[in-house]
Parts: sequence; C-alpha cells; structure tokens
Amino acid sequence: MDVHNKTIAQLSQGLKAGDFSSAELTKHYLDRINTSELNAFITVTDELAMEQARAADDKIIKGNAGILTGIPYAHKDIFCTNGVKTSAGSKMLDNFISPYDATVSHKLNQADLVMLGKANMDEFAMGSSNENSYYGDVKNPWNVSKIPGGSSGGSAAAVAGRLAPFATGTDTGGSIRQPASLCGITGLKPTYGRVSRYGMIAYASSLDQAGPMTQTAEDAALVLNVMAGFDEKDSTSANRDVEDYTENLNDSIKGLTIGLPKEFFSEGLDDEVANQVMAAVKEFESMGAIVKEISLPNSAYAIPTYYIVAPCECSSNLSRLDGVRYGYRCDDPKNLDDLYLRSRSEGFGEEVKRRIMIGAYALSAGYYDAYYLKAQKVRHLISDDFKKAFKQVDVIMGPVSPTTAFDLGSVKDPVSMYLADIYTLSANLAGLPGMSIPAGFSQNLPVGLQLIGDYWSESKLLNIAHQFQQQTDWHTQTPGDKS
Amino acid sequence: MSLTEKQVSQIAYLARLSLSNEALKSNTKDLNSILSLAEQLAEIDTNDITPMAHPLHMTQRLREDKVTEQDQSESFQAIAPKIGKKHYLVPTVIE
Repeated sequence: MDVHNKTIAQLSQGLKAGDFSSAELTKHYLDRINTSELNAFITVTDELAMEQARAADDKIIKGNAGILTGIPYAHKDIFCTNGVKTSAGSKMLDNFISPYDATVSHKLNQADLVMLGKANMDEFAMGSSNENSYYGDVKNPWNVSKIPGGSSGGSAAAVAGRLAPFATGTDTGGSIRQPASLCGITGLKPTYGRVSRYGMIAYASSLDQAGPMTQTAEDAALVLNVMAGFDEKDSTSANRDVEDYTENLNDSIKGLTIGLPKEFFSEGLDDEVANQVMAAVKEFESMGAIVKEISLPNSAYAIPTYYIVAPCECSSNLSRLDGVRYGYRCDDPKNLDDLYLRSRSEGFGEEVKRRIMIGAYALSAGYYDAYYLKAQKVRHLISDDFKKAFKQVDVIMGPVSPTTAFDLGSVKDPVSMYLADIYTLSANLAGLPGMSIPAGFSQNLPVGLQLIGDYWSESKLLNIAHQFQQQTDWHTQTPGDKS
Repeated sequence: MSLTEKQVSQIAYLARLSLSNEALKSNTKDLNSILSLAEQLAEIDTNDITPMAHPLHMTQRLREDKVTEQDQSESFQAIAPKIGKKHYLVPTVIE
C-alpha cells in the first residue's frame, strides 16, 4: 500500500510503530507536491517541514508524542503563519510575510504537526471554483480539465491528490464543503464560533469558520480535536468546552431521523447527483435511520441574502488593505488618494473588487435599509427555518452542489457562479455545522452528500459520517497518479 | 432600478477603487445583475422580523484593563512598504 493513501489514523500508528519516520513521510509528500501539476500550493515550505518533522521524530523516539505528532498537512493560505508568506491568494498580499501565527496555526504547531506548505485558494476566499487565485487555477485531481471547487480548492485537491494527509479549510458560504464534494473527500464546517478566527484573514466575519478537510470522518474528528476551542483573541469565539470528537464515532445510528428538505431536490439539481445522494440516503435507511421530508421554505433566498451580507462585511474588512502598513503599494503614488486608489485597484482581482463594490453600495446612505438590513431580516427567517426543522429531525441531508465539477473556464458570469452555492449558503447564514462526505460518482467525478446538524452537533455529524464510511468505500477511492 | 456607469464609478471611488473604461462597462453590467438577484428579497414580508447580525446570541466579552500585547512595532514595520522611525510613510498630505 502506498503510504500516501493512508489515513491520519493509520499514519499515526505507523509513526508510533516505527514503520516510517515523520521525516521520511514528510519527504515523500514533499516529493509528490513538487512533481504535482495540480497547482494546489502557493508556497511549499520544504525546509521548515523537514525541521518540524525531525523535531516530531525526536518526540516519537522519546515516547512523548501526541496522537498527531509528525503528521504532515497543507495549510490554507488564509491562515497567518509566522515568518511564512500568507497571501490569501491575492497579489495584494504577495509580499506579506506574517509577523504572527493564527490561533489555528499555533494549535497545529503545538500538536507537533508538520506544515508542508500553504494551499492555493480563491482570492480572499471569494469564489467557488478556485479560478480567482492570483497564483493560477487549481486543477481537480479526478480530471485536470475540471475545477476543484472553491474557495478551499488547493486544500481539497491536495487531500484528494494525496499530496497531504489532510488540509485546513475555511467555509464562509460553502468553501470547505463544496470543494470537498467536488474532489471526493470529507470536509467539516463546524458551528460558527467553534474554531478561532484569530489570524484567519477575514472575508465575512459573521460567516467565516475554519475546519478540517480529510479522507475520513475519523480523521476529521482527530483534526477538529486540535483546531477547536475557545480563544480570548477572537471576540466571537464560543466559550464552550471542546469535546473529544472521536468519542462517539462508533455509536449506533439506529433510529436517527434524517430530514430531506424538499427545496434541496427541486429544479436545477443534476439528475445523476440527485440519484447518488438518494442512494446514500437509502444506505442510511438500511442502517436503521428514518427519513422524513421537511421544508426550509426560505432557503432559495439564501443566495440573495448571502450575496448582500458577505459583500457588505468584505467591503468593510478589506478596507484595511490600503497600501500603507503592509501588502501591495503602487509605484510612485502622486498623493495619498492616488496611493489608496492604485494600490487597491492593482492589488485586488476582479471578483474581489466586484464584492467590495456591492458591499460599498449596499451599505451606503439611502440603500442600507433596502439591502443590508433587509438581508439581515431574511437571514433571521432562514435561521428560523432550521430551528423548526431540528424540532422534527436529528440531521438534514441533501446535495452539496447542484452538479459535479465543471470545466475550468466554463462559467464566466458571476451570478451563474453564485447560483451554484444554493445548498451550502444557508448553513453559514444560520451558523450551523455542515459536512460533505463522498457518496458516489457521476461520470468519474465525485459526488458529495451534505449533512447539516444543529448547533454544536459536530460530534453527532462525525458519528453519522463515520458510520456511513464503515458501510461504504467511496471515501477510499483515489484518482490515482494518472493525472 | 439599475445603476448607471456614472453611479458605478462613484461607488468604486467610495471603495477607493478605480476602474478602466472597459472595467466600468463590465462592472456596471455585473453589479446590476447581482442587484437584480438581491431584489428578490423585496418579495418577502419581513415586518416585525428583527435583523440577524450574527449567528450566536452572545454579548461582547469584557476583559481586565491591563496590557496584554507586547510592542511588536519592529516586526510589524519590517513588512511595511515605507517607514520612518516608528511611523509609516505616505505621500505628503499637508504641504
């Protein structure tokens, strides 16, 4: 068995048993990364990785290693990493060497994990195809002419292409779940506030949430154990104890009530994707789950709501990027206004500018009530739909994305791209945890099943996903090295 | 209601972005199609609905009023485009 096909759980055993060292493992992944054509990484941190691996091997030999000591990973380039370029996929931050660590980076370091490099992404996490990166498109390992999804496209491609055992991701409107679905891996977006946002470059602060992208639910539980937790440095971090997310993985799901929102199976959903999702639901039924049709009546409004709320927050967040203190500054500014205007215009890409302008408009005097305030009210209705649903069911299931991965360069109109986010946005608006797990294939491209749980039900979601992965082998399939 | 090129140009300036003539045309089209998507929201009756700014119903935490951050000006300034002693340099604002 090729070592890169092993899960974190298996690699951890192998490291403890001395089957291979972290240095050997790290070198193996670095070699794979450096010969890969997926463009999954913006920065490969070869030297740092080998240094971290040797330090991890020391701990393993001395017998004071933790469960994840020496496991390599790909870190989305949205997390600040002290001394390492942190670009957020933007020309604006191409020269930004972060002077500090994000809390997530710090926690991963404390757990003796080995960072292979910084994963490619849509610029400032704005995109659903990873075609908005200053560093070029990421390719889908299952078919290199297809998109990997976005915005955590580099992270998903790295895990699916077996360039890293796991990756970090962030999800503002589906950016963990959608690329996980399109690349055939497991991705978890925790409840808003579960993972610290400190040092995670902000896109839309009331929606952003970080989580693990892995081969299996068991691995996602292991990584979430490290990532999750209260953080004084994040004002919206939830002050709740962190569970051991591996503890309930083996619980029986007999009697579990699954809600299928009828709005998630209406027009626009590809037939083959619908078939695979329904086959997965049938599998759950055969495992003793009960399926109920439910309704999330306002879910179609998630698209306009999100595409007002998120741009408003981004136009505010990205105003800090002005060419004065860090990041890109234009050549020879004539005056201060010229410095702002040209630094921002030359530094930001098209999609980012579009969202900043939508936000600036929707927040401006005279339009605030009609757009931003209205969207926040509809957000409340969308959230209430879920509250009602979770009185009847334990978990909601449905598709992640209306289609499988589409061709690179094929969707040019921004609104058409936004419409593909239909099934993922509402969980972010409500702040609920969601997962994507591999559930089959359509024309050799992966199809994901989405699970949405009630607040703080990560443990339950991981249990449900793990039980499914005990009965199916979709998650073990790999694109191989042909790509 | 749809935005004119002149309005888009004003919005761009509000956000301190400048657009080429070509970009102004394409952005006017794109912004209008995004706003017409947003106009779907007007269909929904939201009387008596409170706006939801945030998913968690939490209050802002307070902390003790003591210094927790060290002076990191050197490392912060090391990545700045142009600096003086303990300050950032921009083109002259006041002659």
